[in-house]
Amino acid sequence: MHKKRPASFYWLAIFFGLFVLFLYGPISAIVILSFQGPNGGLTFPMNGFSIHWFFALFGEQLVGDFETSFLRSLQLGLIVMALTVVISLVTGLAFRKKFFGSNLLFYTTVASLIVPSILVSLGIGLIFNIMGWEVSWTTSGLGAHLTWTLPFGFLIMIAVFNRFDKSYEEAARDLGASNWQTIRHVVLPIIGPSLIGVALFGFTLSYDEFARTLMTSGVKNTLPLEIFGMTTNVTTPTLYALGTLTTFFSLFMILTAMGVLFYLRRRQESHGSDAGKGV
Amino acid sequence: MDRQSPLSTLLQISPISLILGFFLVLPIGTILIVSFWDYNDFSFFPDFVWTNYSDALGSNVTYKTYLNTFWYAGLTWFFTFLIGFTVAYFLAFHIHTTRWQIVLFLICTIPFWTSNIIRMISWIPFLGRNGVFNTMLQSIGLIDEPLEFLLFSDFSIVLAFVHLYALFMVVPIFNSMMRIDRSLIEAAIDGGANGWQMLTNVVIPLCKPGIAIGSIFVVTLVMGDYITVRLMGGGQRASVGVMMWNEISLLLYPAAAAHAVVLLAVVLIMVSLMMRVVDLKKEL
Repeated sequence: MHKKRPASFYWLAIFFGLFVLFLYGPISAIVILSFQGPNGGLTFPMNGFSIHWFFALFGEQLVGDFETSFLRSLQLGLIVMALTVVISLVTGLAFRKKFFGSNLLFYTTVASLIVPSILVSLGIGLIFNIMGWEVSWTTSGLGAHLTWTLPFGFLIMIAVFNRFDKSYEEAARDLGASNWQTIRHVVLPIIGPSLIGVALFGFTLSYDEFARTLMTSGVKNTLPLEIFGMTTNVTTPTLYALGTLTTFFSLFMILTAMGVLFYLRRRQESHGSDAGKGV
Repeated sequence: MDRQSPLSTLLQISPISLILGFFLVLPIGTILIVSFWDYNDFSFFPDFVWTNYSDALGSNVTYKTYLNTFWYAGLTWFFTFLIGFTVAYFLAFHIHTTRWQIVLFLICTIPFWTSNIIRMISWIPFLGRNGVFNTMLQSIGLIDEPLEFLLFSDFSIVLAFVHLYALFMVVPIFNSMMRIDRSLIEAAIDGGANGWQMLTNVVIPLCKPGIAIGSIFVVTLVMGDYITVRLMGGGQRASVGVMMWNEISLLLYPAAAAHAVVLLAVVLIMVSLMMRVVDLKKEL
């Protein structure tokens, strides 16, 4: 099995390494610089080492209103995540067979991904303005986020069902399972891991969304809007401290999702089938 | 499979239809309508005028701004394609175990799930006047004065775009490459093709759908962007999105709406050209 690797392998491996450095280098610099000493600035060299700037985030002279905007983004992210998972799943179920208007719905959903975000933001803002409604992160903001997360969830579900072996379902039906039983005990366990993926997309895309949120979240900022505001008026490493915190929070969510995914895989492998257990 | 009734199908597709209907289709319709409305210093109101379009299309600023935006889109496309193709090729053809493919693929993917704004900000310590690059170049004696063009310039804008969107090229091209029947490549090599011929005559033609999907993502994201140009350009650079945002901040909604319609038309034309090589449904 141990063939000698061609020279091109090493060149490409170096290229890949540089690409990873390109992806992670800048963010690592932010993390390091957020531990600047109290007299340190926005660039290297490090002027001492402290957690001063993290305290500055939570301290007396609050720089911006980042705690409430974080909680707001967290709540919104979780709501968007739940809706994205459920709606993508039921839409995916419907798309397993052709129905009237399925092409229209398919391309509308894809269009939702392609339409420039500033148009979604402006359009929703205009509707609310004309109708005299107040834009808020719980209504217009939520809708704007769904136009961004649903296409991802939808396309993942379509891809999943394209690879789904229908004979499992037919076997369940032949054995007398109802529609609901088939979905609950056969379909869902098989596609479970993919739903975790959809959830991860739903949460992170909403949590970090900016372009579609700007004109649709009203007076109460989400976290990305708050951070964007800080870039224009904060000139201390507090900005980096906040960047470090929110990036680690994102990483925490990603690793949690992957952990759950790994656990599900392991369980699927070790349990095999639950046939004969009388569920 | 035919046990599903039309009623349950209707129930299943109604949530997504209602949401996209109200938050996507209706807003675009509203933009189309408002682009014909009139406005004064205080408000905008129903009317049917072409002045918003004649203002937008009759101004040299618009054309310059579009040229600038195409320039960003073109450069970003070029670099993301080169990077995306090379990285995907390495993962698909040089990594032979699925486990390592997944690990390396995830390493590329994780930054995509973190904040774009933080990823933009993270270039500041590198590119600034006293940033890492300038300090480094000065210490090895390549330059005497710090380079000013690194931050808040076209350079930093395109760099940030490539940094943010390279993954959108990697994923679809990798997907296409994984579907290439390996025996085709062996056949090409047995037939006497060298590495370069194998790449241009076998791999690239079979990757066209992936390349097209990646290009659609990158080009539409850059064409509609207004944050990256604003943040990385230090407020000094123009793009179509920034121009619209300025009008929106001045509450010139009908003017912004006309620009939005033009932008949408331009983006749709570009997308439909790229869609010619790909059947989206077959790619899933």
